[in-house]
Amino acid sequence: MDYTEKVLEYFRNPRNMGRMENPDGVGKVGNPVCGDVMWIYIKVGKNENGEEIIEDIKFETFGCAAAIATSSVVTELAKGKTLKEAEKISNKDVVEFLGGLPPVKKHCSLLAEEGLKAAIEDYRRKKNEGKGKNS
Amino acid sequence: MVYMDYNATTPCDKRVVEEMLPFFSDEFGNPSSLYKKAKKSREAIEKARSQVAELLHCTPEEIFFTSGGTESDNWAIKGVAFALKDKGNHIITSKIEHHAVLNTVKFLEKIGFEITYVPVDKYGVVDIDFIKKSIKKETILISIMYANNEIGTIQPIEEISEIARKNGIYFHTDGVQVVGKIPFSVEEKGIDLLSLSAHKFYGPKGVGALYIRKGVKILPFVHGGHQEKGKRGGTENVPGIVGLGKASEIAQQEMEEEMKRVKKLRDKLENGIKEKIPEIVINGHPEKRLYNTLNLCVKYVEGESLLLNLDFEGICASSGSACTSGSLEPSHVLLAIGLPHEIAHGSLRFSLGKYNTDEDVDKVIKVLPGIVEKLRKISPFWNNK
Repeated sequence: MDYTEKVLEYFRNPRNMGRMENPDGVGKVGNPVCGDVMWIYIKVGKNENGEEIIEDIKFETFGCAAAIATSSVVTELAKGKTLKEAEKISNKDVVEFLGGLPPVKKHCSLLAEEGLKAAIEDYRRKKNEGKGKNS
Repeated sequence: MVYMDYNATTPCDKRVVEEMLPFFSDEFGNPSSLYKKAKKSREAIEKARSQVAELLHCTPEEIFFTSGGTESDNWAIKGVAFALKDKGNHIITSKIEHHAVLNTVKFLEKIGFEITYVPVDKYGVVDIDFIKKSIKKETILISIMYANNEIGTIQPIEEISEIARKNGIYFHTDGVQVVGKIPFSVEEKGIDLLSLSAHKFYGPKGVGALYIRKGVKILPFVHGGHQEKGKRGGTENVPGIVGLGKASEIAQQEMEEEMKRVKKLRDKLENGIKEKIPEIVINGHPEKRLYNTLNLCVKYVEGESLLLNLDFEGICASSGSACTSGSLEPSHVLLAIGLPHEIAHGSLRFSLGKYNTDEDVDKVIKVLPGIVEKLRKISPFWNNK
């Protein structure tokens, strides 16, 4: 498998890895049968304009080098961004950041995009449920 | 560098290379030509044929040179299928064959042959009763590998050949992983056709042979000139064939010693890993297994990640994970022995050989636990089990 130097570097030294205690949202994507599973955890805060931002983000991934590298990259791209900006991060951004991925590994970058979106969705759902309880 | 992927390929023994060298530029004559120069090439081929025959305990006339294991498998299966198509169209093989066999029978299936795929038990041993029950009057060939390349399980070859003989069916075996590794006699084992490849036992790539027992009905596969008694056309790969002959001779002389030495190393590796890493599964038969092969699954992590980390440390191994094959399916062998997908994805194969040392084994035992720990730390399955 011919990976770019950047993929190997992110695989070797992934950023933002590990479990998060009491996250505000969790995105669980992938399938163990296919060999790639990604969990993305987020903590949501607010910036000076009062917009919701991704204050902290972590990942846990079972998978190949591409899966681990793309997980790491998506967390880096999302950290500090507003939820609206983070939602716009696509698998193309991830692949571009890594200087390309072998064609058979493109689905890993898709997983990273889906994982982040799922975590934000999870946060919003929980928030809405919370509101429901309060009213 | 620590090389532990000998089931994939081996380096050429220096003595083999030396033997081959004159046949590139000096003794380049076409064996089919008439002049004296060509005689040298001819003689070299016949010497190699005798060397291979000696290793397999057959006559030189029963050895036919090919381009390697894949061609030999193709020839054996298609050659018999086409020669006997009026007698029957049914072939029995196993679920854990090499793709050289599996994709050959799949091709035959497409053009009207009927194929039975024999299942294996959790150790990878074929179901003998299933073979017996599968036989019918149209059965013309049983093709079952001698030993499996991934997990190393050795099949009960004599039992299978006896079933074939009693029913008047040919028995072919893919012997690529055993020739030069373990001593045996094709005669005693009752084998009709056997495929072998030089680069799996310190010979060059691109050359192999098919053993065809005298009297077996088989059609040519590569049509062309009169080479190999008209059974396999094409100007002979003289240097390659010479290399295969020399590799056979060396194996014949040194195999027994190597078996003991390499088995010790493999066992040390297996025990060391078992001791240091929790939750691993050892694949293959505990005893009836190639002495050089260690296949294991590391639960909660994926094989390609393991391999790349090993590569960072200068260790070469292989994996049956989907990610290394370019598909989404893990190895068909690991699925056939009943492993669930998520465990099969974490497979790792170390296959040892002639140039491995105690230090190599020590290094892997030292490095692997840290790699596994690092990957498990970021695995959702490990952290949330």
